[in-house]
Amino acid sequence: MVQMDSIQKRLMAEVADLHEVPAGAYNFRANGELAGRHTTANIDIVSKADGTGIDIHIKPGTVNESVHIPVVLSASGHKEVVYNDFYVGENSDVVIVAGCGIDNCGTQDSQHDGVHRFFVGKNSKVKYVEKHYGSGDGTGKRILNPVTEVTMEEGSTMEMEMVQIKGVDSTDRMTTANLKAGASLVVRERLMTHGTQTATSGYKVELNGEGASADVVSRSVAKNKSYQKFDACIVGNAPCHGHTECDSIIMDEGKILAVPSLEANNVDAMLVHEAAIGKIAGDQLIKLMTLGLSEAEAEEQIINGFLK
Amino acid sequence: MLTLENISFSVMEEGKQVDIIRDLSLELDNGKFIVITGPNGSGKSTLARIIAGIEQPTSGKIFLDGQEITDKSITERARMGIGFAFQQPVRFKGLEVFDLLRLAVGKELTVEEACDYLSEVGLCAKDYINREVNASLSGGELKRIEIATVLARKTKLSLFDEPEAGIDLWSFQNLTRIFEKMQKEIKGSTILVISHQERILSIADEIIVLAAGRVEKRGTSQEILPEILETESAMGMCERLKCN
Repeated sequence: MVQMDSIQKRLMAEVADLHEVPAGAYNFRANGELAGRHTTANIDIVSKADGTGIDIHIKPGTVNESVHIPVVLSASGHKEVVYNDFYVGENSDVVIVAGCGIDNCGTQDSQHDGVHRFFVGKNSKVKYVEKHYGSGDGTGKRILNPVTEVTMEEGSTMEMEMVQIKGVDSTDRMTTANLKAGASLVVRERLMTHGTQTATSGYKVELNGEGASADVVSRSVAKNKSYQKFDACIVGNAPCHGHTECDSIIMDEGKILAVPSLEANNVDAMLVHEAAIGKIAGDQLIKLMTLGLSEAEAEEQIINGFLK
Repeated sequence: MLTLENISFSVMEEGKQVDIIRDLSLELDNGKFIVITGPNGSGKSTLARIIAGIEQPTSGKIFLDGQEITDKSITERARMGIGFAFQQPVRFKGLEVFDLLRLAVGKELTVEEACDYLSEVGLCAKDYINREVNASLSGGELKRIEIATVLARKTKLSLFDEPEAGIDLWSFQNLTRIFEKMQKEIKGSTILVISHQERILSIADEIIVLAAGRVEKRGTSQEILPEILETESAMGMCERLKCN
């Protein structure tokens, strides 16, 4: 990471928990430039010929390896659209860590739109972690619009952990997934918005094979005058199980719209959705205050726990 | 010492004033195990909530060791050494049992220390320490965790609002042991329990019987218990089970 300055390194630590060069394969991108790449015997990373992104090829049978592909933006006014394609071979078990950090001290908007496509091979297991973070006190906005497309072959599993806790002014996220027989998708989303931020998170998960299952759970907190929209649709086209849950804490003058939806096209599709929006319960605050916490400290602990 | 001076508490219900506590004065000495009993609606829970600062009295004054605390917040009173175990423990999505104990202790807590508190209330620590304090826990489990959070604070005045409600027989028998141990370990600490339970009443240094927001009787367990046995203020375990 010698090519990166201190701001970029700080962003890197926020989004990928990386303080130094990680073990395994990695590709670092900073202000639109390649800042470091490492491949392994099983994991290859190649730039697309047209320069729009990278292809990550994971050989069949790759077990206990990881890929880190963090992106940082620290130049005000930098806008980019990046396409990253992951080809995960059969019978693999890998961890993929993505994430984007933007520091914008200037007056122009900075924007990163990452399009990630995953092709998960038969019986493979993928854990995907994605963190978004923004910092900087400029008037320029920090904008992230990630698109995630997942294609899952028979018997594959994918666990996605998506976190956006701080500093991103505007997000419009869309995740789509197509699952074949016996494939299983678990999504855990954590979102907090503050100030006048807006965040939209959409999911469309299609369960196309027998025994496919999806569990999409979002927990979010909307503070100040921020706005959130959660729009999750699970489609059951085969005998399958689908569950989606949106649980939100609303504070101050925040606004939240939750639109969970289900579409069953097969008599044996079992689909459930849950959605709850509410402010922090008064008795939760009181309980923590009787332990000696101030009201603000109690609020912070409740939110930290909720978003853990 | 806790002093309540002419405490009254009223609420408005459908345009009418309802008096819950009426001009109540009490002095509670340090180092005592005191049980407040009385029929439902006599104002017991309200009184405990007024002492903890959760409710503000309509009139009257409260002193803790000579310092007036009437206008002190819940947080300030907690920091001055008042602990409160809720009758109905609060659930938290995401917060784990360990988090709650850590917050109760108010400083860094080792897993070992947290385990000690859980063992005190009869919970196998390794099964519970990382459990979320949410609806996945039963009422009895939550109640024991609630008691553990008060134990962990080691406060000089600990309030327990019906600690026996919703817990099973095993922990009921252990409750009395917990109170005795607390008193031994925290020198001069006062434990104030709201309870109808004969067994808890029988180990009290003092029993206070409330009726319609006033102190009806007050005395040692030997004096008071015979008078209130077989009434709503003192129930045996079997009657309790019958009620349920």
